Amino acid sequence: MSTADYGDSERTGPNLSRRRMLIGTTGALATVAMLPLLGAFKRSWDPSAKARAAGAPVTQDVGGVESGQMITVEWQSKPIYVVNRTKEMMDNLPKNDSHLLDPGSEASDQPEFAKNPTRSINNSNILVLAGICTHLGCAPMFRPEVGAADLGSDWLGGFYCPCHGSKYDLAGRVYKGVPAPLNLPIPAYTLDGTVLTVGGN
Amino acid sequence: MSLTDRFMSWVDTRFPATETYEYHMSKYYAPKNFNFWYFFGVLSMVVLVNQLVTGIWLTMMFNPSAEGAFESVELNIMRDTSAGWLIRYMHSTGASAFFVVVYLHMFRGLLYGSYKKPRELVWLIGMGIYLALMAEGFFGYLLPWGNMSYWGAQVILNLPAAIPWIGNDLAQWVRGDFIISGITLNRFFALHVVAIPLVLVGLVFMHLVALHHVGSNNPDGVDIKHLKDENGVPLDGVPFHPYYTIHDLKGILWFFIIFFAFIFFMPDGGGYFLERPNFEAANALKTPPHIAPVWYYTPFYAILRAVPSKLGGVIAMGASIAVLFALPWLDRSPVKSMRYKGNLSRIALAVFVVSFLGLGVLGAKTAAEAPEIFHTIFMWLLGLGAVLGALWFFTGKRKLAFAAPAATMLITAVFGLLMLLVIPATSVATVFGLFFMFCYFMFFLLMPIYTSIETCKQPPERVTGGH
Repeated sequence: MSTADYGDSERTGPNLSRRRMLIGTTGALATVAMLPLLGAFKRSWDPSAKARAAGAPVTQDVGGVESGQMITVEWQSKPIYVVNRTKEMMDNLPKNDSHLLDPGSEASDQPEFAKNPTRSINNSNILVLAGICTHLGCAPMFRPEVGAADLGSDWLGGFYCPCHGSKYDLAGRVYKGVPAPLNLPIPAYTLDGTVLTVGGN
Repeated sequence: MSLTDRFMSWVDTRFPATETYEYHMSKYYAPKNFNFWYFFGVLSMVVLVNQLVTGIWLTMMFNPSAEGAFESVELNIMRDTSAGWLIRYMHSTGASAFFVVVYLHMFRGLLYGSYKKPRELVWLIGMGIYLALMAEGFFGYLLPWGNMSYWGAQVILNLPAAIPWIGNDLAQWVRGDFIISGITLNRFFALHVVAIPLVLVGLVFMHLVALHHVGSNNPDGVDIKHLKDENGVPLDGVPFHPYYTIHDLKGILWFFIIFFAFIFFMPDGGGYFLERPNFEAANALKTPPHIAPVWYYTPFYAILRAVPSKLGGVIAMGASIAVLFALPWLDRSPVKSMRYKGNLSRIALAVFVVSFLGLGVLGAKTAAEAPEIFHTIFMWLLGLGAVLGALWFFTGKRKLAFAAPAATMLITAVFGLLMLLVIPATSVATVFGLFFMFCYFMFFLLMPIYTSIETCKQPPERVTGGH
């Protein structure tokens, strides 16, 4: 008889429930063992130690930025905009409030010290923000000209994103009716005299 | 028995060579009435092979690093390597050609109901191919590391960031850095040359297996398997080889004439195949003044822009692609082909084509450019529609192939020009975007209704045309 080769099944027939139990437990354990492996593949896509180290603070002397001008500093490979706002620019900020989505920066991303109407340390005229549109991450253009032809006669200067037309005022606060949902983010920074340090605490 | 016969018999007992060849080629009976639209399936295969071969060659010369990528493409491949320019342009033009033939192939499916029972899985697998193709194109576009590569990827990778709570972490995980960097380039290279091509080839194989299992549809949408001769061969079928292999050579020849005309005389496709800012190296601190994706993504990009909310735009764009998957179950018509469907279906298809193309134009242009470009397009449509209408009227035959596009063009032109008169120039892009998006979705969402209530013609018992 051919079944003679299959041990006790000759006497009792195959024990199907035992087979199912063995297959089930083996399968379950194999699945559990696979999970950390999947986790390893997932983690290998996280920013590497080198990429994280590149996020160290950067320092820039902003004393040379002319009144009304902007410079760009690179931090974590991101463009950080530094604007030396004129008195007129500062005075114009409150006039925008009714056109803005989040004038008080309630929902937006900034350090506690910048959660004020000018979005800067001690309401300083130096504005520091990440030049990354909160819509899809383009770098908005600095458009300080009041009443620019393409931005409307009531434009009081600010940032205009060329990708999808989002507009921000000169405190990086987003206008209503544009695709961007939040004000431009402000990174943690310190301003020691004219020495700006972006990043760190 | 000849030596060849003996050899084949040796092989066939060990591997189903003859059986497979007969099943897919010499005894695969395709309807005899295939027309122009049936070239695009085989052309997709031709372009796929072109992409694979040129792609393999390009990997030999490309340097997938942030420091070396731009130089290896623009200097090493385009200038230093012998014939490097040709292989690169065959690949970059091939990408656009791939989408041209695939879009026409998909339109053929809409026209003749090729997605309807029993071909639902052919359609779904095909949609899988389309998604893989979009991913392949996206990953590939970052590789030259031009400024548009860089910022295009930045924008698209920020789409998942709109997902509440996990969005930003997800975008960062895919980038592998705080912003697009060499790390992102490296992984996109791996995905572009290994992962997605494997998926693509696997899905193409399944697409053909499913198709050859159910048999090809045809312009009349009638099943040729109902009527067979005494040998079980469909009366209206011809063996794929040699009839369609030879027949398709004609289409392949014409395709290559056009394809190489672009490669030799207009390799950047006028800024649509290779965008101008991409001839400048990636610059993380400077966004190009106008970001537009390559033309084959623009309809969906226009939907993204049309919705004035970040999450809403992403959802609408996802839905516009997802709804295509549901097509086989949205069409309730008793007939397959547009030849026998009612007028409502024909109008709906025309509206869909106009809105899809309209979205495509919008997605490629800035809001400020929209009024002028649409004015030009509508004027051209007016002229072309008149010519086609005249052809329909004067060529005695009065064919639908002339009448349908002519009517579509004329109505679109007149309606569009009126819209341009009424709408202020500054809101043209917004209004047109929302309008086209609305039409796009209505084509699908109303389909269960208009395909059930319209009066269809009775399709013939056997296919018409073909000899």
